[in-house]
Amino acid sequence: MRYSGLRVITEGLFGNRGWTPAWREPSPKAEYDVVIIGGGGHGLSTAYYLAKNHGITNVAVLEKGYLGGGNVGRNTTIVRANYFLPGNSEFYSHSLKLWEGLEAELNYNVMHSQRGLINLFHSDGQRDAFVRRGNAMINQGDDAILLDREGVREHLPYLDFDNTRFPIYGGLLHPRGGSARHDAVAWGYARGADKRGVDLIQNCEVTGIDIENGVVKGVQTTRGAIRAKKVGIVVAGRSSQVAAMAGMRLPIESHVLQAFVTEGLKPVINHVVSFGMGHFYISQSDKGGLVFGGDLDFYASYAARGNLPMVEHVMEAGMTLMPMIGRAKVLRSWGGIMDMSPDGSPIIDRTHVEGLYLNCGWNYGGFKAVPASGWCMAHLMATDQPHEVARKFRLDRFATGHLLDEEGTGSQHNLH
Amino acid sequence: MRLRCPLCGERDRREFYYYGAEDYLHRPAADAALAEWDAYLHLRDNPAGVTRDLWYHEAGCSQWLLVTRNTVTHEISGVELVAERKA
Repeated sequence: MRYSGLRVITEGLFGNRGWTPAWREPSPKAEYDVVIIGGGGHGLSTAYYLAKNHGITNVAVLEKGYLGGGNVGRNTTIVRANYFLPGNSEFYSHSLKLWEGLEAELNYNVMHSQRGLINLFHSDGQRDAFVRRGNAMINQGDDAILLDREGVREHLPYLDFDNTRFPIYGGLLHPRGGSARHDAVAWGYARGADKRGVDLIQNCEVTGIDIENGVVKGVQTTRGAIRAKKVGIVVAGRSSQVAAMAGMRLPIESHVLQAFVTEGLKPVINHVVSFGMGHFYISQSDKGGLVFGGDLDFYASYAARGNLPMVEHVMEAGMTLMPMIGRAKVLRSWGGIMDMSPDGSPIIDRTHVEGLYLNCGWNYGGFKAVPASGWCMAHLMATDQPHEVARKFRLDRFATGHLLDEEGTGSQHNLH
Repeated sequence: MRLRCPLCGERDRREFYYYGAEDYLHRPAADAALAEWDAYLHLRDNPAGVTRDLWYHEAGCSQWLLVTRNTVTHEISGVELVAERKA
């Protein structure tokens, strides 16, 4: 069923009785050409592009819970392409271009809103770093505008410009940055993949990976064995457990990252804003809630819920930056399980097992990467060659020293 | 979350700095193979369940602690001094 404004009006006139489910609920077949483990944003987009770009439609996506129930359904929905290092820069630039055409591509309203992202800076040194980053973004073909203090005031008059401890020197504006509706991205890709013949199989947990003589043969699941010529692991925070089924020990440590949303308010924050003197970023959803987050809780965790010290820190940072939000009531908070890599950059690569591919290490930047991650993972699985914009996301780069340490914080997993 | 420091007693999580998995205690020799250094610095078991990791009591006794805890429930089942463990 094709969605359109006319369809919405027509269905509205006739009691909305004509809508059909957005995807089927198939039972797993005995064999597929490709099995994707993980029905989150990255897994669903991988399946979509396998079908769309490479004509590989005998594909199953296996999800242990429900589609989009993991990190793609629990994040702060920021979309940006403001990376600095060669390797990251071209990848996120590619992803942003895909975002810009995503709604037409999927015939699905993902509510992608390029409302502009402003990263604030608070010292001369930080300004220099952002000038450098902005130049790297422009060299990549993306957009960046350096704002001075008065420039920031024009965009964000509600900030506390009188704060003497953390004075606002200016900001780096990335006009094409913004946000999107997180669930809709998963649903849009799911619907698109299903339409092209991909089987989306929910409540199906992978319990083993079958390997014979170094070649992948399929997976064992809670819904029986499924043979496959190729298998992709796209499971974010659970990467270590699934990779261990293939005898791998990954450079990943899983951490909890909390996020928060307030009650719905009238439009007040028109951009995505990040504070440079504490880890704090905020935007307002189309429904009106202020969506904001901070840093990791810093200790390895699979709990999908955090502790109070980081709640306090995030609230303090928000109040320091924009005291006007002090009266807003926080509705809820949640935690996602982040697959933290030792250099803060992801992995999209083959493994030591033939036919087994790995996509992980998204740290807490996976949402904006969903389109390009799927695009490049599909390319890798279809052609056995890395895609041009993801060729540096190698699994062996930690052993060889070809790190992509965007923040320059060293090899400790939780510092990225 | 609260940790029971063997020297200071039960203290708030904010007094402690988290470093990483127990692997950091097993530093390879300077001339060890690169694969050993890769494993030491990067590769982790990353269990969903009981794990042992290193914490530093930075706002307390400045001791390194080896904490046994559950990454799913956040339950803490043991805290020992790294210094005593090595001795």
